[in-house]
Amino acid sequence: MATTEEILAGVAEIVHEVCNIPVEDVQLDKSFIDDLDADSLAMNEIIYASEDKFGVSIPDEEAKNLKTVGDAVAHIERAMN
Amino acid sequence: MTRPEQTVVITGLGATTPLGGDVASTWAALLAGESGVSALETDWAADLPSRIAATLKVEPTEEQVPRVQARRMDRVSQIALVASLEAWADAGFGLGEDNQVDGDRLAVAIGTGIGGMNSLLGNWDIQKERGVRRVSPFTVPMLMANAAASNVGLRLGAKAGVHTAVSACASSNESLGQALTILRSGRADVVLAGGSEACIHPFPMAGFSQMQALSRRNDEPQRASRPWDVDRDGFVLGEGAVSLVLETLEHATARGAKIYGTLAGVGHSADSFDMVQPDPSGAGQASAMRRALADADLTGSDIVHVNAHATSTPAGDTTEAGSIRAAIGEQAVVTGTKSMTGHLLGAAGALESMATVLALRDRVVPPTINLEHPEAGLGIDIAANTTRPLGQGDLAAISNSFGFGGPNIAVLVTNQNVSA
Repeated sequence: MATTEEILAGVAEIVHEVCNIPVEDVQLDKSFIDDLDADSLAMNEIIYASEDKFGVSIPDEEAKNLKTVGDAVAHIERAMN
Repeated sequence: MTRPEQTVVITGLGATTPLGGDVASTWAALLAGESGVSALETDWAADLPSRIAATLKVEPTEEQVPRVQARRMDRVSQIALVASLEAWADAGFGLGEDNQVDGDRLAVAIGTGIGGMNSLLGNWDIQKERGVRRVSPFTVPMLMANAAASNVGLRLGAKAGVHTAVSACASSNESLGQALTILRSGRADVVLAGGSEACIHPFPMAGFSQMQALSRRNDEPQRASRPWDVDRDGFVLGEGAVSLVLETLEHATARGAKIYGTLAGVGHSADSFDMVQPDPSGAGQASAMRRALADADLTGSDIVHVNAHATSTPAGDTTEAGSIRAAIGEQAVVTGTKSMTGHLLGAAGALESMATVLALRDRVVPPTINLEHPEAGLGIDIAANTTRPLGQGDLAAISNSFGFGGPNIAVLVTNQNVSA
């Protein structure tokens, strides 16, 4: 079972890889689009990479609602546990 | 009132090729008669009948293509960007807030034969192995044929149009033709034009091999590309990108730009003979050259130099010698620079047109290397194995590109308006 902190760290690694944002800037309250330089395709890539990394499913219709890092981490946490 | 047709000049050059990571190193290597061909030392090449290629001399750097951009761009776009940024800076233009060119008066025309082949095949491999959900969302904008032109257009802020000619090995000469038309018509003041190709991958190499199109001189890579030599056995696949900044003379003069020469005409034709074999009569090739001459208001006897398509295939080189004789005559110094660069497919025309511009500027024709035993009866004056000087005064030259599917495109450049 992964902790919130572990999931955040994993998502931060993905955002760093996709958008070149320093991992320490990827915080729960940050918006992917407004704060982390993600555009719509980069957002898709973050979702797909998160599915791969955490072994969870993030259906497209739910992915649309993941605006902040916190939204994504909460979804992953629910899906994993 | 119709506006007078514009004269079009060349004001910037950029290149990344098997001979060098920029224009200066590429041109120096061409004049030195260096070969950019080497053995492919990768595992995937082991099964191929042709295991040689002309790969880039210098890989794009993180500074040229930052990491995040690089993962959203196929290699064909990355290297187009490298060449285009060099050409843009060479023309004296800046980027972003320092860009002096009105975006609404700037167009891009970058051709490619195949496009984002590595991204297409790489993501198909991922889909087969790991499923749909692992395919990159950037796959389509990476593989589409107009990706290179579009990426360059985005970087330069081009709003007058972004164009991609796709005519196999004639693509980038077609792009130069598009640029000439755009500038003459008054639709733009500046066009960044060129070509890019990056398909040294096992699948296209297998496809070309199955056509018996590639040289199999695997033990002597540097001697494999040998236009007009009796021992030639096919072309050597190359990769690279070349860009030229083209500009109306009016616009260039007003800003005091350095001028490399004049793009005086382009001639187009189609063989309408066979999908992959040139019409052995050379009629279509000669038509393209004659139409370029007419477009520039010149005659065959005005042409002092031809940079031939000359891919080192048995049929093609002989046909072209005949069509040059028919359209131009025997006075021109002819060269086949693919002997050194390999065949850059959709980028070949831009590379060779650039070499033609520099040949007129420096009044020297680069050699055709490996021409040890020229085929008999060609009837053209080839710069065999050494450079050849060009005379003083006005000079005009043609760069030929012919492609699978039958397109023939001759680009005519002169040293009119060249900066002292």
